[in-house]
Amino acid sequence: MLPEIGQFLIVLAFTFALVQMVLPLMGAQWGQLGWMRSASYLAWGQFITLLVAYGILTHAFIIHDFSVQYVALHSSMSLPLQYRISAVWGGHEGSLLMWIVILAGWGAAVSRFSGNLPLRMSSRVLAVLGAVSVGFVGFMLFTSNPFDRLMMVPLDGKDLNPMLQDPGMIFHPPLLYMGYVGFAVTFAFAIAALIGGRLDASWARWSRPWTTVSWVFLTFGIALGSWWAYYELGWGGWWFWDPVENASFLPWLTGTALIHSLAVTEKRGAFRSWTVMLAILTFALTVLGAFLVRSGVITSVHAFATDPTRGIYILIFLALIIGASLTLYAWRAPKVGLGGGFSSWSRESLMLANNVLLVVACAAVLLGTIYPLIVDALGLGKISVGPPYFNTVFAPLMLPLLALMIIGPLVAWKKARVIDSLRRLYGVFAVALVAAVLWPLAMGGWGPYVASTVFIAVAIVGSFVVDLMPRLRAKTLAQRLARFKQLRASWLGMHVAHIGMAITIIGMAMVMGYEKEEDVRMAPGESITVGAYSFTFVGVEPRRGPNYASQYGSVEVERDGRRITVLHPEKRTYDKHQGMPMTQASLHRAITRDLYVSLGDPTGEEGAWVIRVYLKPFMTWLWSGVILMGVGGLLAISDRRYRIRLREKLARTAS
Amino acid sequence: MKPRAQKLTLILVGLALLGLAVMLVLSAFEENLVFFHTPSEVKARNVPLEKTIRIGGLVEQGSVQREDDSTRLRFSVTDNESSLTVNYSGILPDLFREGQGVVVEGKLHDDGSFIASRVFARHDETYMPPEAAEALKRAHDAATGDNQ
Repeated sequence: MLPEIGQFLIVLAFTFALVQMVLPLMGAQWGQLGWMRSASYLAWGQFITLLVAYGILTHAFIIHDFSVQYVALHSSMSLPLQYRISAVWGGHEGSLLMWIVILAGWGAAVSRFSGNLPLRMSSRVLAVLGAVSVGFVGFMLFTSNPFDRLMMVPLDGKDLNPMLQDPGMIFHPPLLYMGYVGFAVTFAFAIAALIGGRLDASWARWSRPWTTVSWVFLTFGIALGSWWAYYELGWGGWWFWDPVENASFLPWLTGTALIHSLAVTEKRGAFRSWTVMLAILTFALTVLGAFLVRSGVITSVHAFATDPTRGIYILIFLALIIGASLTLYAWRAPKVGLGGGFSSWSRESLMLANNVLLVVACAAVLLGTIYPLIVDALGLGKISVGPPYFNTVFAPLMLPLLALMIIGPLVAWKKARVIDSLRRLYGVFAVALVAAVLWPLAMGGWGPYVASTVFIAVAIVGSFVVDLMPRLRAKTLAQRLARFKQLRASWLGMHVAHIGMAITIIGMAMVMGYEKEEDVRMAPGESITVGAYSFTFVGVEPRRGPNYASQYGSVEVERDGRRITVLHPEKRTYDKHQGMPMTQASLHRAITRDLYVSLGDPTGEEGAWVIRVYLKPFMTWLWSGVILMGVGGLLAISDRRYRIRLREKLARTAS
Repeated sequence: MKPRAQKLTLILVGLALLGLAVMLVLSAFEENLVFFHTPSEVKARNVPLEKTIRIGGLVEQGSVQREDDSTRLRFSVTDNESSLTVNYSGILPDLFREGQGVVVEGKLHDDGSFIASRVFARHDETYMPPEAAEALKRAHDAATGDNQ
């Protein structure tokens, strides 16, 4: 009975979304207060119905209701509870349900936090979100019902894909979707502003926290996926330029551009039409991502099973979104105006350079991702674009972008002198130069790519110090601390995020430049030396997990005769997936290096295996930097909230 | 400089840099396109040498030969019409199996040997890499003279 209620709730949510798309919009046009106010109730109604539907599906997983086809396909009696809960988003239908719950959740959040928005604006924003909901909830209703029943109820389910039975699965998709779907809010703000014809600084101010928070989620989501792939796939890679990874990376690139462009629009009123364009583009790229994952056009770890109608539905939806947005844009944007002027050396011009580089990088990744699909769809043959393309293109585009982070924060708005900006950085450049010479040498070999990355990263941190010092100038330590507390959170957030990026690129450069990889055949008792570490293969023994059999390896690691750790790489065979063994790598992490061991195949007699041993320098930096980026984003938002509350308080005391 | 001249310089420099970036992207793109071929096409010598290509098909039954004292191995990829011997060193993907679909990326050398740098298999039990399916179809179509 419950699954039918779930099904009914989705129909109900679809109805809410339809009304939410139309009524508030007409209300805003004709000044009908009641119609506008309905938006908020509809958004909450939609969110609650979908949330309950989601709860019902989760319940079906928990109680093993295999009469629901989706549960039968993605769960089993022996699946542990935490994976039954996360299995809800382990397949196409359930993950789509999570997608629309999050979308409706963002809508509810907008209505909750839009008290300081003019009613007309907030109802338009919610109407646009309603339209997006109609698209996605409709997609679920017409092509992908998670509550479909089976006529013949199986005694046991087919189990979750073993690759997804991992803690990474619990966190990666929800975070990623929060970010992905969050850009719908930014899009809604942009479209609402276009409809109203008012694209001013206050629009940018409303839109900024939503954009930043989505960006933070997306950043964490992508990083978690990368962190997961790093240990789960047993290849030791952290980025594969897989089409679906690219699909999440494309909106990240434009989203990053958008954050910067919004800052210019808010502070200086410039870049308005461009900012709107970026908001539309970012959202369109998230829908494109949904298309890539859910249409079955690509081969990927991420892709769901193939069904052409789904692909066509999303493609039509995407075409409608782009078509409608661009028509509106073409009609309204010319009236928006260009905003404040600026000279060729100013914060604005550097932000422009930032945006151009990010968008070009995005276009390059997009080209490499969809060109093979288009060629294939046109029947012109099968080609692929591998990592070498992306690596060749990316480094030359990213280095100048990263270099902008050194100088950008120190350059004044509107007009500055090059020499003034550079003069403050002479000391920083000197330190960075020394680091760029010595650090790579200490790692065992100097190379221009690593050296320039080190130079830029050190200089970014230096630029923060240069920017910070004058703000802390005071006589006593206590006064300095007081000054530190007075620093603007958004200013600090920017620097923290930039420093995070600096730390991440150090990790990337070091691991790409100096990682050591050995694929060796080892019999029990044999050793291999990689870098300063010696790895001794003890052997492989059979073990049992809750729903899998494991070949449990042991590898002792020593350095200078001292035992560091014993690593246990595994080869698992899940009971329900005999044909699909899983490699479980084993890692020992430290600040300056990761030790990484995974099992290949048994070979020859006497218990020998092919074993992969990696020494990955500064890998931890890559992830820690990302955490700092996210923290930076959160700091930036905290600043804005504070100001809004303050304004409210002032308003209250005034009245 | 006058503001107008300054703006013009800015735009010109920007366009020049943009042009440079686009050139960079397109040339890298052209160099790194990896074309897909079938074992039959290799046999018919329709395939460029010393260039990274992909070959798809099935791993021929009983063709996997490992060297006991190293990580090197050999196997044949077949499209049911012709087959190609692939040399590879390293760890194979978890779902690499005899009789199953596979895609290998590597270079075909003058002496007719193919050395793979990467081997791709399925991602789950019920799935065949599209390239592998395509290879079987192409070979089948060629053999039966059906070009649909």
